[in-house]
Amino acid sequence: MSKQPKAVALISGGLDSLLAARVVMEQGVHVEGINFFTGFCVEGHTHALRKKDRQRPKRNNALWSAEQLGIKLHIVDIIEEYKDVVINPKHGYGSNLNPCLDCKIFMVNKAREWIDANGFDFIITGEVVGQRPMSQRKDTLPVVARDSGAGDRLVRPLCARNLPPTLPEIEGWLDRGRLYGFNGRSRKPQMALARQFGFEDYAQPAGGCCFLTDKQYAVKLADLWNTRGKRDYDFDDIMLLKVGRHLRPGTNFKLIVGREEGENRFLEGYRKRFINIIPTSHTGPLALIDGDPDADDIELAARLTARFSQGRDAGRVTVAVKQLDGMTQTLDVIPMPSDEIPEDWYV
Amino acid sequence: MDPVTLDARNLLCPMPVIRMQDTVRKLQPGDVIKVVCTDPGVLHDIPAWCRVHGHEVCDIDEQEYEITITVRVGPGSQTGA
Repeated sequence: MSKQPKAVALISGGLDSLLAARVVMEQGVHVEGINFFTGFCVEGHTHALRKKDRQRPKRNNALWSAEQLGIKLHIVDIIEEYKDVVINPKHGYGSNLNPCLDCKIFMVNKAREWIDANGFDFIITGEVVGQRPMSQRKDTLPVVARDSGAGDRLVRPLCARNLPPTLPEIEGWLDRGRLYGFNGRSRKPQMALARQFGFEDYAQPAGGCCFLTDKQYAVKLADLWNTRGKRDYDFDDIMLLKVGRHLRPGTNFKLIVGREEGENRFLEGYRKRFINIIPTSHTGPLALIDGDPDADDIELAARLTARFSQGRDAGRVTVAVKQLDGMTQTLDVIPMPSDEIPEDWYV
Repeated sequence: MDPVTLDARNLLCPMPVIRMQDTVRKLQPGDVIKVVCTDPGVLHDIPAWCRVHGHEVCDIDEQEYEITITVRVGPGSQTGA
């Protein structure tokens, strides 16, 4: 190849993808980054709605990685297409609702479509043999290459020497001797390589980069599917699962209560789509009712909302209930005592 | 040409960045876009995205609940669908 080879790197924002891209750039390849937004991505911003999390960096780690590398980053919205991966994973779920192997196949396939559309030559991922129990095993890495359709155009620079040569190595675009043979769960080789490249302050997510690996989040998503009687969701559903306190007193409705100002402000954006409750006699949260409540349910929801207001110890709290037709109803309710709220209402 | 205005209110990052990226792809170098947002994460992400793609952040107007970022589209080619 006389022209400079071009590769797209899947950039998650973590250390491995950062290093993988850099290793290939070292060999003179033009690299651009691609980052897929599934709607389940864990980002500092969602946490930053809450005051206690505001000390966390608010950066997008994939963009940070791109800046460190000096490459373009294309962020691709795959929310709709990704539903099928979450709802019908061919290879099943991990410990929660995380379809890690199907997810990786899907993303590499999207990257394959992208390189075909944009005249790029191959794909880079930060995968390491043995690093993850589901998607990064010796027997599943070939499955990703095969089922994504990427085949030998998929290069894993951090563990390439443990795998058969890929097209870029065969064609001489990459020197296999300058790729790596990392394997297993140890992070030490990656940390040493990061030091060598001068990378500091890289993201080290404690719980993975996807909400679907989070037990509490998975329980909320399963609750949503169970009560609707179908495994489906839209973007607002999955965003709302990340925010507020969720209480389900019945199968026909759920209450989403803002825990503080940042969350209340976020929930404000949904007031036209949900019946909502806000205390007027006392400072208190905004609560959305998701479902189909009757008048008794709305009164119960009002009592619960009052419980989380400054009037929780008052005899009565006045709340405004705004219906979907825009009509506002005023209710005077007795705040529900904490010890009367069944534990299993908390989703 | 008047600035293009993009309403990205009530979207959490990275959605404002994605919407902006998709809009900028249809614009020409020198065009100006104003993005109205509510997620404070854009204060970091939109300038970062502009830096990696060669666009110029002309102004950031931060009100109590809304942030408006004005960007001039740079000369770099827009790879990608």
